[in-house]
Amino acid sequence: MGMTVVQKVLARATGRRVVSIGEVVEPAVDLAMSHENAALVINQFLEIYKGTGLEPTIWDPARIAIIFDHRVPAESPKTATNQKKVREFVAAHGITRFHDIRGDEGGICHQVLPENGYVRPGQVVVGTDSHTTSHGALGAFAFGIGATEMASVWALGHAINVEVPGTIGIEVTGALPDLVTPKDLILQLVGKLGAGGATFHVLEFHGEAIRAMPTSGRLTLCNMSVEAGATAGIVPSDEETVRYLREEAGVTDDVELMAPEPDAPYERVVRLDASKLEPQVACPHTVDNVRPVTSVAGTKVHQIVIGSCTNGRLDDIALAARVLRGKKVARGTRMIVFPASGRIYQQALAAGYVAELMQAGAVVMNAGCGPCLGVHQGALGDGEVALSTTNRNFKGRMGNPASEVYLCSPAVAAASAATGVITDPRNGGLA
Amino acid sequence: MSKAKVVLALGDDVSTDDIYPGRYMATVLPTETPQFAFADHAAFNAGLQGGGVAAGSVIVAGRNFGCGSSREQAASALKGHELVVVAKSFARIFLQNAINLGLKLVEVPEVAAAEGDDLVIGLTEVTNLTSGRRFAVRPLPAARQAIMDAGGLIAYTRRRLTRSGAA
Repeated sequence: MGMTVVQKVLARATGRRVVSIGEVVEPAVDLAMSHENAALVINQFLEIYKGTGLEPTIWDPARIAIIFDHRVPAESPKTATNQKKVREFVAAHGITRFHDIRGDEGGICHQVLPENGYVRPGQVVVGTDSHTTSHGALGAFAFGIGATEMASVWALGHAINVEVPGTIGIEVTGALPDLVTPKDLILQLVGKLGAGGATFHVLEFHGEAIRAMPTSGRLTLCNMSVEAGATAGIVPSDEETVRYLREEAGVTDDVELMAPEPDAPYERVVRLDASKLEPQVACPHTVDNVRPVTSVAGTKVHQIVIGSCTNGRLDDIALAARVLRGKKVARGTRMIVFPASGRIYQQALAAGYVAELMQAGAVVMNAGCGPCLGVHQGALGDGEVALSTTNRNFKGRMGNPASEVYLCSPAVAAASAATGVITDPRNGGLA
Repeated sequence: MSKAKVVLALGDDVSTDDIYPGRYMATVLPTETPQFAFADHAAFNAGLQGGGVAAGSVIVAGRNFGCGSSREQAASALKGHELVVVAKSFARIFLQNAINLGLKLVEVPEVAAAEGDDLVIGLTEVTNLTSGRRFAVRPLPAARQAIMDAGGLIAYTRRRLTRSGAA
């Protein structure tokens, strides 16, 4: 029997010809990413070496990436002090892939990694962030781990005790209609699978809708694969992967593609027809509580959020600007936009999207995670409702358990900004 | 095996935002995180802080406990109070964080228990003394046994390093 993409990646990373589903392996790590929680990783890393007489040594500083994004610029002295400690550690240990709070090279980790060409097909990528699954968009096996597990990776250079996961095939036929996006596709899929429906499994995406999808959309799909509990999402690398790496990530060295073998074992295959898809909304307070936008249209919204590692890329911002063109953000509703990186921010400026959105009434913030994780830059009042292109709507997610969060695409978010209520973007701006 | 009281009973899909809200994520040290365990469940958190919850007390939950963020604070905060989590199933990253930090998790696919119930947690089954019902325990992934046996991931990795250092 052949191997799925994740099996092939793990075979390569363990120097074996074949790995079987369920066996336990210790793959070499190609890229190990952390954000502000590097402060905890550092603490645990130093703890490992206590009493050993060994000098704390990172196995390969060139394979570590640290990106500040969760609280940028720092919202509190405590965060600022954590960030300061991380900077000192980075300098002392020669970590070069460090992205500080900067307008040129900063941004959200799940955009900074791909746009700098750090992620390649066939790699093993671990990150102390659950949305590390994003990087499966480039054909890597990328999964989230905790801080102590990362400390162990820093010391040993491989992930320990990884069970080779089974794979669920996702076959998407047809073409997405106008104003229906990869976000709608992944929301519908999470609704179908359920919040824990893919736990300990990988989602491997196939079909004409996936082949036609740019890497930005594939990042959205893989990003939210974890919302079905999946260990990872993977799009087998193809000519679009090469295009992205060459044209958008500036990669000039060889890129080796990795496809699944024809007789690879899929535990099951879920089939979706993109051409029949409608805009979707995940309702409070779970991501799998998904309904067509038409069934929640008219719900009053106080805050619109466009951005995040899910939907803060240039095509997301362009779509929002297009849907809002000639309109204004409704009074009583506020709209906050967070580009996913400084580079995207500059591209959005050059294309005129930032000016358009601001003239419509939106506030365009610095690149970063913004209010997605409930720390700053957009707290909700008691009883308020947010409609957001982010990835989670758990109770209290945006910082206030007395508020509600709905999740949607940039098109639905922008259309709803103009009306102040949840709105189907296909209706030409009518709620 | 001693009796343990259920101090919190929850449903499916309890997220790490629920266990440890994002606004406290700048607090990272395992010595400091326990104060924010279930911070938005004010009465329960107050009970934990006031010392009214005995070590070994049980949180019972449904499927997919610990879904969402990879934040390790969710596991270290519960570990700090020496709580035990009995759930129908666990989300992957939370499960691994718990094992890495030595937080006791018990997967019991059919568990039914209410706050105030007394449980006896065995290796292969959980008995609810209050209802008289018994439920089978699903073993944790064997791949993680070595970490549990070592007393957590820090000790496990330390041992691996010193062994290779000695070789």
